[in-house]
Amino acid sequence: MREDVIKAENLTKIFNRSVVAVDHISFSVREGEIFGFLGPNGAGKTTTINMLITVLKPTEGTASILGYDIVREANEVRKVIGVVHQEYTADEDLTGYENIMLCADLYGIPRDVARKRALELLDLVDLTAFKDRRVETYSGGMRRRLELACGLINRPKILFLDEPTLGLDVQTRAATWEYIRRLKEEYGMTIFMTTHYLEEADALCDRIAIIDHGKIIVVGTPGELKDSLGGDIITISIKEEEDVTDIIKSIENVKEVRKENDAYRVKAAYGEVTAPLLIEALRRRGFTVTRLSLTEPTLNDVYLEYTGRAIRDSEESKEAFRMHRITLRRARGG
Amino acid sequence: MSRTSALNECRPSFARGLWALTRRELKKWLNDPVMLVMFVLQPLIWMGLLGKSMRIDALFSAGNINMPSQIPIPGNAILSPRGLSEVVLDGKALSQIFANLGSKIMQNTFGVTDYFSFMAIGMVSMIVMTTTMFSGMSIVWDRRLGFLDKVVSTPVSRAAILFAKVLNATLRAMFQATVILALAYILGLKLSSTFTLLNLLGVYAAIFLMSVGLSSVFLAFSIRSTRMERPMQFISLITMPLMFASNTFFPTHLMPDWLQPIVKANPLSYLTDALRQLTILPMDISAIIWDFIYLGVFAGILSVIGLILSWRYLTR
Repeated sequence: MREDVIKAENLTKIFNRSVVAVDHISFSVREGEIFGFLGPNGAGKTTTINMLITVLKPTEGTASILGYDIVREANEVRKVIGVVHQEYTADEDLTGYENIMLCADLYGIPRDVARKRALELLDLVDLTAFKDRRVETYSGGMRRRLELACGLINRPKILFLDEPTLGLDVQTRAATWEYIRRLKEEYGMTIFMTTHYLEEADALCDRIAIIDHGKIIVVGTPGELKDSLGGDIITISIKEEEDVTDIIKSIENVKEVRKENDAYRVKAAYGEVTAPLLIEALRRRGFTVTRLSLTEPTLNDVYLEYTGRAIRDSEESKEAFRMHRITLRRARGG
Repeated sequence: MSRTSALNECRPSFARGLWALTRRELKKWLNDPVMLVMFVLQPLIWMGLLGKSMRIDALFSAGNINMPSQIPIPGNAILSPRGLSEVVLDGKALSQIFANLGSKIMQNTFGVTDYFSFMAIGMVSMIVMTTTMFSGMSIVWDRRLGFLDKVVSTPVSRAAILFAKVLNATLRAMFQATVILALAYILGLKLSSTFTLLNLLGVYAAIFLMSVGLSSVFLAFSIRSTRMERPMQFISLITMPLMFASNTFFPTHLMPDWLQPIVKANPLSYLTDALRQLTILPMDISAIIWDFIYLGVFAGILSVIGLILSWRYLTR
């Protein structure tokens, strides 16, 4: 049975007694899954992660990681988690290898174990050839991979990834996803990640929580979230003239059928399962299906449905975003 | 739910974390030869120009007094012996008298006969101060570049994070002090007869106390700044007054009365005095003890305040 490895209850962070960054959120993450926090910039994703990784103390509420309380047993939490921050945190003046070894020292991993593991991790993220070069010569993708390797030096049970592909180009992003999947398979870790890229959440996450203005709006698998919108759209055409609306309606999961010109527009849950059933049913009654197309709702549709706006629109203007960041930074700094 | 057994191989230790973080800073510093050269060049230029150009002892030298060979003195200026109508003084002899008087004045003013030695030691304490403060500033970068975020999310002791910064500042200050002392010796620093190699330990101890106190407070200040400009401005604001309101370049007892209490409260004065006592002055044990007590109290109070403030910040 899969256990809940992260449990958050009413987790809240208020900066400077006025800026509510995270507003009473509760959720749990199961062992072995990739759990994604999806939301626009400034929604409270990083603040949540910072509380879970014990860098920030919650103003209210609590959370536990593998049963350890994030405030009272912060040091135990730190030992069992790995963190890959949004920024590149490696020391530019040191080499890739030195950076990993520095992390190992901070975790107190025995030197001989650390040395072996560092080389293994560098190999895993394809940086072996560059291990003795200073990090300042690394490209964005290489830095991101080095961050991943550093985050894994203590063989964490839970890995936190904060915007793992922020600022990477499309190709590097896809490659990074590959590395994350590889890590998950290789080490069977639970991964908690934040992102504001819908494609990323869709491609990587087993479950997603949509967060906006510091609140969790909905939690579910990408499929569930999409299905919650009423399902996929199947457009189907048949050779025969007869009306088959009733036949289509009789099939399981079909919610709505509309005849548009020569085609039937069918709204159904689990479109990829329903479509074959549809073809099968029609064929059994002697109809010939000539065309079929299946359109799945995207996460963008989900986002639109739950937040009332598209994720791209909800990204505030650059200036507003900058001001927001400054306010947050000040609040954190003071 | 049942607790998954913690990874038993993680044994974060204070000492290892402290050393790893300190070594990182020192590595960054030693990896940069240009920085190192400038580090050495800066005190060299100061000493070469200020120390060698301001030859206060030369004011009183025979060459400067430059008397005519015969100085006639009117009879009425002489009280005794009576009856003489005119006395002629030997200018050369008089110059010599003044010159001897000059070195007496130097001795009384600076405690040594050459200003260079006096100034060079002042230089050491000044460099200790600036190096300490500038090293503390690196935490602003660590914060901005996210390195600090990474470090605090590891199980390394929070104290190790702070002490690494303090230790780094202190080691750098000691290293620089060594370089300056060596350079000054080559350039003609006159060590007193009471100087032994053992005194060097005292020199390092004094520098250590000063650096620890100053860098702790500076750390607390820097860790809360999001921008480099603030600590930079702060350094340039306080360096000058600390330097001149101390005995670094000029002896306290000749300063105006209103300034003297400030100089006497300034920890830099105690550092400088301790260093001078240990190197160029005939050592005065009671003065040294007093210097160390003051520096010790200073270091104790400031590091406690600084570390508490920084700690609070790290464990928000």
